[in-house]
Amino acid sequence: MLLQMLLQATEQSGAGLAVFGAAIGAGLAAIGAGLGIGKIGGSAVEGIARQPEAAGAIQTAMLIIAALIEAVALFAAVICLLISFKL
Amino acid sequence: MYTHLRLFLSIALVAATCIFSVPAHAEEPVQHKPDTVVDGINKAEQEIEHNLEHSEEKFDIGKMIMHHIADSHEWEFSHGVTLPLPVILYSADRGIEVFSSAKFNNEHHEYNGYHLIHGDSEVIKPVDESRTVYDFSITKNVASMLLSAVILILVFTSIGRSYQQNRGKAPKGFQSAMEVVILFIRDDVVKPNVGPKYEKYLPYLLTLFFFILINNILGLLPGSANLTGNIAVTMTLALLTFIVVHLNANGNYYKHLVSPPGVPLPLLIIMIPVEIVGVFMKPFSLMVRLFANMTAGHIILLSLFGLIFIFQSFAIAPVISLFALFLNFIEIMVAFIQAFIFTLLSSMYIGSAIEEHGHADHGH
Repeated sequence: MLLQMLLQATEQSGAGLAVFGAAIGAGLAAIGAGLGIGKIGGSAVEGIARQPEAAGAIQTAMLIIAALIEAVALFAAVICLLISFKL
Repeated sequence: MYTHLRLFLSIALVAATCIFSVPAHAEEPVQHKPDTVVDGINKAEQEIEHNLEHSEEKFDIGKMIMHHIADSHEWEFSHGVTLPLPVILYSADRGIEVFSSAKFNNEHHEYNGYHLIHGDSEVIKPVDESRTVYDFSITKNVASMLLSAVILILVFTSIGRSYQQNRGKAPKGFQSAMEVVILFIRDDVVKPNVGPKYEKYLPYLLTLFFFILINNILGLLPGSANLTGNIAVTMTLALLTFIVVHLNANGNYYKHLVSPPGVPLPLLIIMIPVEIVGVFMKPFSLMVRLFANMTAGHIILLSLFGLIFIFQSFAIAPVISLFALFLNFIEIMVAFIQAFIFTLLSSMYIGSAIEEHGHADHGH
């Protein structure tokens, strides 16, 4: 059923399928980033709860790792942008 | 010495502003032969079509976003307030040509044998396709970079001077504000990651941090140029880190690239390509990380404001403005974090390249 719909869409305008794929890719990248950073945030908060004196060091580490994860998600977002502008 | 430097720089800033107006006196274009009646009628027809095209334009959000993010040959501070920037072209047959980009403001965006093509990014192409022309113009991004360079030089020479004058005394004024940030970078970013020989790399890393920071922050102002969201700029910064790392790397670093310690021989066949790819992936990730963060932030903000124009209702504007305000605060935080991460990763790469025989996993 789904395949039939996809085949019809490709027949009429193939370019639309590329943008559809790009949109799904960007959404998946967002989910991946959200999961990763959420896990980091959870462990960081748990660590601070166990040892409040280490709050400064834990916060710094959490920010660094969050930025690295976000970079990977943004790689994917940039590629999806390139696809949707057909470069 | 520093007072003269500040004076010189202030004069240079004023002079640069005046120089931008000099290209208005550029050479005249090639003379056309006089119009005949048929030519006149054709021109009138073209103008009617042109006006029809431009009268009822639907709001194209993609075009609006690309216009604000991409580089341009004139600096548009807001609608109608544009500063035409000098166009500097070099070609083998005509040599160096300098003229103001306001010359392209005619019907077909054409001047003196060159076309200004408004696509996703503005390109200047010669009408005669066979000529190669090199474009060295002062575009919006170049002008913004020169402005931020002047700001950085003025700020930091004044801080250097006040450190020399206040030797042994407590810092006061602007110097004490910047001292917090400089000491943070030195003590928490550079010293632990680069190791004992950090002082040699401190000027480069501090410059890197403040350059990226001030360009990120300047890009958030309305009517500004998106400099760190230009992949050529971030590529240059990543290339500089690559050069600094590899010029200063010691024998250990290069040896570990081809024989990572503690790896058995069969695994070595996989490890060596991985290590070599890693050498190039690290600056590449630096480049894409900064570019994508800045560009994505600008695109999100512009899309939000574009939503107001898509819905075309006054009621939605306050809601979106609040959301955009919130996002702007996040963008300021991202500006700081991206500058910090670039500097942190650069110092980590430098540290791993100049590291002495510290590892315990050698066996010798």
